[in-house]
Amino acid sequence: MKRLDAPIARTYSGAASAAGPLIFVRSTRRAKLGEWVRIGGSGQDDRRGQVIDVGTEITVIQLFEDTLGLKPADAAITLTGETATTVVGQDLLGRALSGTGEPLDGLPPSIGEARLPIWGAPINPVRRQHPSDFIETGVSAIDGMNTLVRGQKLPVFSAPGLPGVELAADIVENARPARGEPFAVVFAAMGITERETQSFVSRFLESEVMQRTVLFLNQASDPTIERLLTPRVALTTAEHLAFTHGIHVLVVMADITHYAEALREVAAAREEIPGRRGYPGYMYTDLASLFERAGVLKGGSGSVTQLPVVSLPDGDMTHPIPDLTGYITEGQIVLSRELHQRGVYPPIDVLPSLSRLMNAGIGEGRTAPEHREWANQLYAVYARGREAKLMAAIVGSEGLAPGDRRALDFVDAFETKLINQSGVRRSLPETMRVGWSLLETLPRDELSRISEATWASRPGTAKAEEASQ
Amino acid sequence: MTEARIIRVAGAIAEAEPLGDTALYELVEVGERRLLGEVIRIQGDVATIQVFEETSGLGLHEPVRRTGSSLMIRLGPGLLGSILDGVGRPLNGLAERSGDFMAPGMTMPTLDPDARWSFTPTVAAGADVSGGDVLGEVEERPGMVHRVLMPPGSTGRVVDIEQGTFTVTEAIGSLSDGTALTLSQPWAIRQRRPFANHLPGDRPFITGQRVFDLLFPVMEGGSVAVPGGFGTGKTVIEQSLAKYAKADIMVYIGCGERGNEMAEVLHDFGRLTDPETGRSIMDRTILIVNTSNMPVAARDASVYLGMTIAEYYRDMGYHVAILADSLSRWAEALREIAARLQEMPGEEGYPTYLANRMSRLYERAGRVESQGTPTRTGAVTFISAISPPGGDFAEPVTQASLRVVGALWALDPRLAHQRQFPAVDWDISYSLYADGTRAWFSKEGGADWSELRVETVRLLQRDRELREIAGLVGVDALEDEDRLVLEGARIAREFLIGQNAFHPHDAFSSVEKTYQLVKMLWAFMQTGETALKEGTAFEKLDLAAVRVAFGAVKTAAPDELGEEISKAKRTIAEMRPA
Repeated sequence: MKRLDAPIARTYSGAASAAGPLIFVRSTRRAKLGEWVRIGGSGQDDRRGQVIDVGTEITVIQLFEDTLGLKPADAAITLTGETATTVVGQDLLGRALSGTGEPLDGLPPSIGEARLPIWGAPINPVRRQHPSDFIETGVSAIDGMNTLVRGQKLPVFSAPGLPGVELAADIVENARPARGEPFAVVFAAMGITERETQSFVSRFLESEVMQRTVLFLNQASDPTIERLLTPRVALTTAEHLAFTHGIHVLVVMADITHYAEALREVAAAREEIPGRRGYPGYMYTDLASLFERAGVLKGGSGSVTQLPVVSLPDGDMTHPIPDLTGYITEGQIVLSRELHQRGVYPPIDVLPSLSRLMNAGIGEGRTAPEHREWANQLYAVYARGREAKLMAAIVGSEGLAPGDRRALDFVDAFETKLINQSGVRRSLPETMRVGWSLLETLPRDELSRISEATWASRPGTAKAEEASQ
Repeated sequence: MTEARIIRVAGAIAEAEPLGDTALYELVEVGERRLLGEVIRIQGDVATIQVFEETSGLGLHEPVRRTGSSLMIRLGPGLLGSILDGVGRPLNGLAERSGDFMAPGMTMPTLDPDARWSFTPTVAAGADVSGGDVLGEVEERPGMVHRVLMPPGSTGRVVDIEQGTFTVTEAIGSLSDGTALTLSQPWAIRQRRPFANHLPGDRPFITGQRVFDLLFPVMEGGSVAVPGGFGTGKTVIEQSLAKYAKADIMVYIGCGERGNEMAEVLHDFGRLTDPETGRSIMDRTILIVNTSNMPVAARDASVYLGMTIAEYYRDMGYHVAILADSLSRWAEALREIAARLQEMPGEEGYPTYLANRMSRLYERAGRVESQGTPTRTGAVTFISAISPPGGDFAEPVTQASLRVVGALWALDPRLAHQRQFPAVDWDISYSLYADGTRAWFSKEGGADWSELRVETVRLLQRDRELREIAGLVGVDALEDEDRLVLEGARIAREFLIGQNAFHPHDAFSSVEKTYQLVKMLWAFMQTGETALKEGTAFEKLDLAAVRVAFGAVKTAAPDELGEEISKAKRTIAEMRPA
């Protein structure tokens, strides 16, 4: 791993200059890239930083804390000889920690089982197990239509004013493994507001799910740069739980947009050549170093699944943050302002949403044998209805063919009955029952995606009763 | 000479001084952990190095050692079926040594040094040989002959050459000047392998995807750009081609893409068999894997590595297809390195030499006559996925590709949202190979292949115009003839160019099946037109039965195909009410 061979701390006094989150130190003889740094000095609080550029003349250190009041000339700079690490262990479950892993719950720091570097090494692709089982989130639009699969990374594309973080919080509370296997949630909050912290964190802390949850909270008022550490500390914790203890870990990261902005801030401070909209050219690689830490290992029993929340600036899907995220992740769950305004919660638009690994996680022995047909049929009718809706706006609903008119009515029922669940958890069988009841309102010959056998044995029919007995 | 030491490290870039009379692209070992890197800039005594492995922990004053050559790969038997990282190390071997996670600083030969291969010479002692001549043969995989070639540029008289079993580095014989002959040869990956002559393409690369084979064909030895925003199915297309398309050898380069996708590729490819030979498709495949979180400089190398391996098999006389997913990630690696070097950026921050590098890469594809005897022709077909930011094709990587490729398969997110796969936008996609492949398709597909192709394109164009009108006035307001066109186009979209990559019998379409489906489409159109002309109302046509029949042909198992086609033809003939 990325451990440095000789962890010998050296202290230098005085930096040459400071700019934004960076300080520049002269002639640090044995500095190593990625080395962890402590910055103190007379009357100054200890700050933490990391070497991001070593040179014989100047070494650049990026601070992970506020530089307010920092006096470069008086600073005592200690190169620790180690890379950034975090304490990991099962005793972290139930804890609320800061964005860098310090206790926030008034309890003493965790002793843990090991101290691991946070910059995780890439999984050797031949050691990856292809994801193949599902996680029930309790959300119909996800479980039924865009199933989350263990080892997957499936972001929620939200936007200002849309309840992306609320949805993430619901999932933290409601998520369950397929068959009661060991399960944990690691929640990494990046730049979330005091309001959000109050409403969710207090909810988690009081609820029984806290026992299987670790919270890492970097709030909006915390130093921006700390946000670059938070997801990595969280993922290191999750990897340890998953690959050492065989637990299925769901990592919820909110909000990736705040993370990317921190990345841009550092790039600008380093006077790097900016890429699209000022974000650094290596943002794809950097985001990949987070998202690619999801996965399942061959021969292992645990998994790391990621559910990042991305706020689309101005709701723009082509903005570099959602765009690059979409290229790395395995699908996306897209929230819709229109549904939100109509009071549908969660306001998930299933048409642009996609779970690329869904097929690997559903079907016989995983969810239900008819899951694919069921989802395809709902999808087909809903898509037709949405198209009819556009058409109806021009020609009026009278101008529609009868099949299109039925599909148009279906849209409303689908959104209010299946998508909308007003915060109540729904199991997958419940979700599927709702879907069947919607499909049953349509003539059988319009349900071409459902085979005869599947139709005959759907829930509620005599044959299904027989099978369940 | 003083030993070279590191004087700066930033990201994937290190500087060392003094490196002596090094050359650009010389391979070096960086630091105490001997990370692989290559020299990309020399200024006086200071050499700038891009490091192919994770650089964190690398410190000042650590040593840098020269290797005397540029990044090489040892080409020889044993490449088929292998899974390599961007610099040619076997990933299975690395996993055995360092476990589930990648660890830096490990060297490992590409070819198994202990494997023994049964070699049969085809030249005898006393023969004068030169670069490209076939020395003999090894059966690399069952039924797959690996021709052992004289390394390009070498020449001499064979003193002895033996039949027997050898490792890739043991001498199988020698030349009069004492040079040992071996089963393998090193090659610098950034350098194009020489050949005797460029040849014009003479046949299409059969992709098994109807939309490509029929509408946008590609020549063996051609190059294609496949740009598409996320979720448009680039990877599924690349994987479908790797699994089913007709080529002797497939080189699949996963460049800066998802780890889980690579796991899927490894999982699927290991279980699939080639229907023609009945053997695992891994027997004809080489996978190069550099996922997005693996070092960025190795992403740059991975594409050249794949190209070099493809050229090597081409030189043996094979048709090799390279499937690169995605070239944008390779271009971004260039950009990332260029930014670290503080080079003056061109468009979108990409280095100004981007287009130049891309053209040079694409131009390594082609159909050639190999050097040496006996005479062989081989081809490298290059299909590269491109991931344009925001799905906007006006960006530099797409545009630089379009300057050189012979075909564009443009993917459209709207089609993908409608679950129309492959989501190829037939309005803006094109192929410059359509004329060149016409003769072959007329002979092997059907005499009227070209006309049917043109008619289908016209139908789809007409459909778009009509749908715009229908969007304004409603479908019911259209003439019956126009509604027939809409229906025909719908059948074309769903059953002809739409293909389900996950259906066992639909994932690959033979030239025969493609031809039959397009024939059926035109039988439907003609029958429909005649019926309308003779006074039948559009509503009276039994379209439901026709659609069922098309669906049955589309997904028919090979042994039922003939019967389904006959049934469908009857259904079409009978769609008019009696």
